[in-house]
Amino acid sequence: MQRYIARRILQSFLAIWVMSLIVFSLARLSGNALDVMLPMESTQEDYDRLAKYWGLDQPLHVQYGVFVTRALQGDFGMSWKWPGHSAMGLVMDRLPATLQLAGFALFVSVLIALPIGVLSAVKKGTVWDGAAKVVALLGQSLPGFWLGIVLMWIFAVHLGWLPTSGRGGLRYMILPAITLGWFQVAAIMRLVRSSMLDVLDTEFVKLTRIKGLAEWKVVWKHCLRNASIAPLTFFAIIAGVLMTGSVVTESVFSWPGTGLLAIDAVRARDYQVVQAVVIVFSAIFIMTNLLVDILYAYLDPRIRYR
Amino acid sequence: MATVTARSLPWYAPPRIALALREARRYPVVALSILMFLLVIPAAFAPYVAPHDPLRGALAKRLTPPVWQDGGTASHLLGTDKLGRDILSRLIYGARVSLAVSVIAIFVGGIVGTALGLISGYFGGRIDALLMRLVDISLSLPTILLALVLVAAVGPSFGTVIIVLVVLLWARYARLVRGETLAIKERDFIARGRVAGASHTRIMVRYIFPNVVNSLVVLATLNVGYVILLESALSFLGAGLPRPLPAWGLMVADGRELIVTAWWVSMFPGLAIMLTVLSLNLLGDWLRDHYDPKLRNV
Repeated sequence: MQRYIARRILQSFLAIWVMSLIVFSLARLSGNALDVMLPMESTQEDYDRLAKYWGLDQPLHVQYGVFVTRALQGDFGMSWKWPGHSAMGLVMDRLPATLQLAGFALFVSVLIALPIGVLSAVKKGTVWDGAAKVVALLGQSLPGFWLGIVLMWIFAVHLGWLPTSGRGGLRYMILPAITLGWFQVAAIMRLVRSSMLDVLDTEFVKLTRIKGLAEWKVVWKHCLRNASIAPLTFFAIIAGVLMTGSVVTESVFSWPGTGLLAIDAVRARDYQVVQAVVIVFSAIFIMTNLLVDILYAYLDPRIRYR
Repeated sequence: MATVTARSLPWYAPPRIALALREARRYPVVALSILMFLLVIPAAFAPYVAPHDPLRGALAKRLTPPVWQDGGTASHLLGTDKLGRDILSRLIYGARVSLAVSVIAIFVGGIVGTALGLISGYFGGRIDALLMRLVDISLSLPTILLALVLVAAVGPSFGTVIIVLVVLLWARYARLVRGETLAIKERDFIARGRVAGASHTRIMVRYIFPNVVNSLVVLATLNVGYVILLESALSFLGAGLPRPLPAWGLMVADGRELIVTAWWVSMFPGLAIMLTVLSLNLLGDWLRDHYDPKLRNV
């Protein structure tokens, strides 16, 4: 058990390291950033001076060494596109918006998925169950970016109920959250359904029925409480997916979060910011995965520790 | 699966429509026919089916609405985009693009993954440990971000998208094939093959691989929809296929700014993606249930 956890932790750090290597080398591959930064009529001297200033004249392994040492201290250098801001500072400024959106999306998807999942388990094999299956199938087939545009078209443009984009009060969050959470609805629903089915079949549920408890109490209190263990551990994974999925959603709704920052930075070839965003996101993503695995190992003794 | 108890049986006879739907679900006729008519046939015969050139438009005819709306013409059934290009024709050629990208990516990723999985499972030991660590790492990297950085670095092109997708896909196949290989290599016919003098390569290719093909085909089918979704998302973000290629994700992105004035520009390509992925998922589910139930959790 301890060995398993130790190995998983080691592996997670390895993954983050690989990610840093990929990000670093790709950023260097992407053409000369000086071309973007300097005006057309600059001389060779301007190039040299700027290269020296940014440390781009050093050999690659030295640059990587510097990069890692600083990155470990949370320093990814200054942004090129947004002068006067540090890359890490930009990411941290935008992170709350992304976390807020992801959290709300998680809430919305649970709000939709939980009742449907319970209902389809209780009414297994009926029209309700069939409808739930359709929801699940649609959830996995709808492209998120397109769903966002359609929602915007219907609710913001046609009906005028909600704002199209930007960040403000709760009303600004509804459409992006549905867009972001939609894909997860199917996953949560299936999990709830299958674990509800398992619980509905156990002895103690029969006992509560024999006791004469109201059916709604049996289902929503006794069954759901016992069925929610498996989906709960899944939430960490979903949180990770929501974070990275926010790149698409934020770009559709111009939500000023880290995802939008990533895209703007990629377009402007702002290495420092791209590196910071990707490393922070990867770290969050990999760490949540690690957390889930450890949690699982504790909760479910049947897991084999490879 | 829960055992059948009196409770889990429906207490009424399901309506006829529900029965028909269940039949349709059981046999992938619907999925297959949607796929054929929406994807494969148009893609194969695009130059003959498409009414217009997908890349050339007439600015005079830009933003023509679909035929059933005021101002629509029969020559542009689904309307035109902001450059006056026929949307139906672009959709048809787009099917070609989507299909080509996903099939090539899955094929290459599948071959790489299968080869590494066979080696890993068959030889075991240090190679196995190393390769499986690589698989674990590769599966734990955040997909869209990695793709975004890769494409941003090398520039959007057909080849880059394929490389990105292969990098993201190979590990799934490697893991699957390795697992199956571990089970198969203990069986008697492998030992007999060795005694008969077959080389390791021959054992892997001629003895083990044929026993893995079933699962591979199922996994590949299940992956096509996922890959199409991923590719279109990347293209939408401007990190996938380059303009003016008629990729569905790009078409949705083009219509995004026009949603108030010309809804059809982004609506139809989105519908095309959805129907395609939906029917591919149905087909994949059916294949899995019938040929390879052990893949349930893949």
